[in-house]
Amino acid sequence: MREIEANKITAQVKRLCMEANYDLGEDVLKAFKDYYAAEESPAGKEILEQLIENARIATDEKTPICQDTGLAILFIELGQDVHLVGGDLNEAVQEGVRQGYQEGYLRKSSCHPFTRKNLGDNTPAIIHIELVPGDKINIKFAPKGGGSENMSRVVMLTPAVGRQGVIDYVVNLIKESGSNPCPPTVVGVGIGGTFERAAYIAKKALLRPIGSKNPDPELAQMEEEILEKINKLGIGPQGLGGRTTSLAVHVDLVPCHIASLPLAVNVQCHAARHKEVTI
Amino acid sequence: MPETIKLTTPLSDQDVEKLRIGDKVSLNGVIYTGRDAAHKRLFDLLDQGESLPIDIKGQIIYYVGPSPAKPGQAIGSAGPTTSYRMDTYSPKLMSVGLKGMIGKGNRGQEVIDAMVKYKAVYFAAVGGAGSLIAKAIKKSEIVAYEDLGPEAIRKLEVEDFPVIVVNDTRGEDLYQKGVEQYRRE
Repeated sequence: MREIEANKITAQVKRLCMEANYDLGEDVLKAFKDYYAAEESPAGKEILEQLIENARIATDEKTPICQDTGLAILFIELGQDVHLVGGDLNEAVQEGVRQGYQEGYLRKSSCHPFTRKNLGDNTPAIIHIELVPGDKINIKFAPKGGGSENMSRVVMLTPAVGRQGVIDYVVNLIKESGSNPCPPTVVGVGIGGTFERAAYIAKKALLRPIGSKNPDPELAQMEEEILEKINKLGIGPQGLGGRTTSLAVHVDLVPCHIASLPLAVNVQCHAARHKEVTI
Repeated sequence: MPETIKLTTPLSDQDVEKLRIGDKVSLNGVIYTGRDAAHKRLFDLLDQGESLPIDIKGQIIYYVGPSPAKPGQAIGSAGPTTSYRMDTYSPKLMSVGLKGMIGKGNRGQEVIDAMVKYKAVYFAAVGGAGSLIAKAIKKSEIVAYEDLGPEAIRKLEVEDFPVIVVNDTRGEDLYQKGVEQYRRE
């Protein structure tokens, strides 16, 4: 049994909130540059250039990449041999989010669904916890903006539509979303499980580095196929026309019920922000 | 790329009528911010026949909820939010003189029709380029609905604020045209 102080979790979450919102990952920047070289649209090229410049300013000046600093989403792998002392995990994380968003000059976006009253401190964070072997805690923080989340869907397909039906649904959704989710996007696809499991694995798939290959060759093939189709749609950077509509498609697949074919598509804007720490 | 057209607010009918989709425009002067919650309040006031807290005649509304300014900054990151959520409210605001809207993403047909009818335009700013766009904003002051936090109405003073014309007074749509040009198969 290893003891970890709750306030250590708070401090790390606070740091992740700020760093994730100021520093775009190297994988995303590399994708911008790679797609810039291949982009045919002059406007598209100019936008990709601006996104690279924007990321540079954000890092240098420690300002948010995007003013929509998201709802705070955390994926926590909690080692079963960890004993948390001096507080509970949920409150330690919420306090880290509170402090990170306040002290980091990040926008608070959480509100009541009907009155739309802003709750003022960007809590409650959405926390997903998995219990794993070992005595460490891994915390992944991914702020998620509203524009791209609004274009995301969960659908229970008829099993008969199969692999092709899944591909068609994803491509069509990106087509219909057009300029709204701030392309170039990253597309997380969760296939199988149940209604909520599909959404969970779709969101988690967004955390994979851009440019990484799916370890399952069949899924890697599917990712390539969907990406190619999406990038033929012509939507382009910011939807103004071009080749670069999505930077990557990340698919995850788990078994499902004999009656079902759940599919979740979680759309991520080009500000594909996430940071992690292992304590 | 076409040359950049420099415009200073307030805008006249003539200013907006000469704009065409795809034009790059650099905006100067005062623009107002407003997004979901502020739009609902403005709309409700007009519905009740009351006057608005800001004079929007000839003005531009920028759909943005900026992040908080750090000490020494005029404003925090300030990129556009998705515009279709304001579609319900926009035609009414154009009917009382609004000349421009800045956001990102497609507008509904009723908004495009209203732009033709009332002579107004819709500009796109680059979504997600919040730190870059903030450089063009020199001053920011809350002028209404402070209780809405990031959704309050702010009066911004901008210099060479970069936008692209997406919908013009002839009912054209750059999103549609641009995508058609690059679609394959």
